[in-house]
Amino acid sequence: MNDMSKKKAKDKNKDYGTVAYYPGCALEGTGRAYDTSTRALAKQLGLKLDEVDNWNCCGAMEVKNIDPQIQTYLSSRVMSIAANEMGHQTVMAPCNGCYHNLKKAEYDLENNDESVEVTNRLSEKAGHQAYEAGQIETIHALDWIKQTIGEEGIKSRLKKSLKGLKIANYYGCMYTRPRHIFPEKDQGPGSESTSQPHFMDDLLEAAGAQIVDYPLKTACCGGAHTLSDSDTSTKLVVNLLQAAEASGANVIATECPTCHSGLEMHQIRAEKRYGIKTDVKVIYFTQLLGLAMGASHREVGIQENISDSLNLLQEAGLA
Amino acid sequence: MRPLAEIEMGIMAAGAGSEPARAAADLLRLGEEVLEHWVLGRGETPTDDTKEGFRLLALHRQGAKGEPSFNACRETCRELVFHYNLIILDPDHPETEKRLRLAGLVANHLYLFVHGKMEEEQLGDFCCSSKPIHANNIINPAPVEKAGTGQPGDR
Repeated sequence: MNDMSKKKAKDKNKDYGTVAYYPGCALEGTGRAYDTSTRALAKQLGLKLDEVDNWNCCGAMEVKNIDPQIQTYLSSRVMSIAANEMGHQTVMAPCNGCYHNLKKAEYDLENNDESVEVTNRLSEKAGHQAYEAGQIETIHALDWIKQTIGEEGIKSRLKKSLKGLKIANYYGCMYTRPRHIFPEKDQGPGSESTSQPHFMDDLLEAAGAQIVDYPLKTACCGGAHTLSDSDTSTKLVVNLLQAAEASGANVIATECPTCHSGLEMHQIRAEKRYGIKTDVKVIYFTQLLGLAMGASHREVGIQENISDSLNLLQEAGLA
Repeated sequence: MRPLAEIEMGIMAAGAGSEPARAAADLLRLGEEVLEHWVLGRGETPTDDTKEGFRLLALHRQGAKGEPSFNACRETCRELVFHYNLIILDPDHPETEKRLRLAGLVANHLYLFVHGKMEEEQLGDFCCSSKPIHANNIINPAPVEKAGTGQPGDR
């Protein structure tokens, strides 16, 4: 790809109406409802998702732990296919882990010659063109909706208001940290904030929801340690859930499959292990926006969530 | 500085029966003590400096030096300070009780994160801090292996 193409990948005015879609492994497993609702929302909004051909694992936390350069290579392969084989300038990853890892790989390949060398060597062995930093822009599902539709677009397309839902937006950690791998954030009005992210707040408020001030929107859920130290994860999650309820929320909106399943599963575990019951519902933001845009609760996969929110959604006239 | 178990009890009890401003100050102090444990655990002396007028924030900065994953609790510290300010500046506000409850939960999250991290040092390393990009050889690049050997471990 030449320098002109790289410049296009960074063009602020480019069209995000069609993007390469990288669902990642979680959206084929525990986060299936996130995939279902992302596709349903795209359909409602007239946006096109072109799934990355033959995509692979982003390297997740497991590979990154053992060898960060292998993780960089794995993420770079996804970006290379999207850019060099499919001709896209933007890859959209709804999963915070995938999004974070593609961003990390981009940063790594721009700043670390050794990573470039390893990536080039492995790409040659694997028989595909090596990814070069700057060829494609990685965005999150929140960026995608915010950039293509925005708050005004949500308001003008609204079929069912989310009025009646009091929402605490939980962004988790990997969407904003570490801040230096997200150079487009903290760029003033219109950009996302790494300390007080607000894109999900903006979009769901535009859909009629009441957004509560939630002080733990980027706090740790212990997700990476959910198997090795389950009690710490459960206690952290219970605190997140209790804080959401104390903030007045009846829903926690999520934008990460790891956060989402962690909140759901530890909500149940907390009741069994510590006798602490919380009633706040855990729902993907894509499910909420999909409902607001007129999709049915089945179309956005509400029945696939562990957290049973059907009664609440029926009371709010959304199901 | 109280033992961690006592700090946990203190956070749970903060607010019960005491005036809001006093309870908010107690929670801020308990947050500082949590961070003192972390700093001492790293073999350093907890700072008495302040950052933006708060020792809690200075302690966080000290605790995060060389340990980027500790930034996972940076916003939690700032939220504790924010709620302290809300309560201190307007203790008669109709939402003071709610603010105090939230301050307690924020302080508790700080305690849980630091306590968890003292038991499981890697908490936060590979998710929010992406430690490998700090720890690999960006600053002092190692010699690059030029060619594969075909042996196990060869990339």
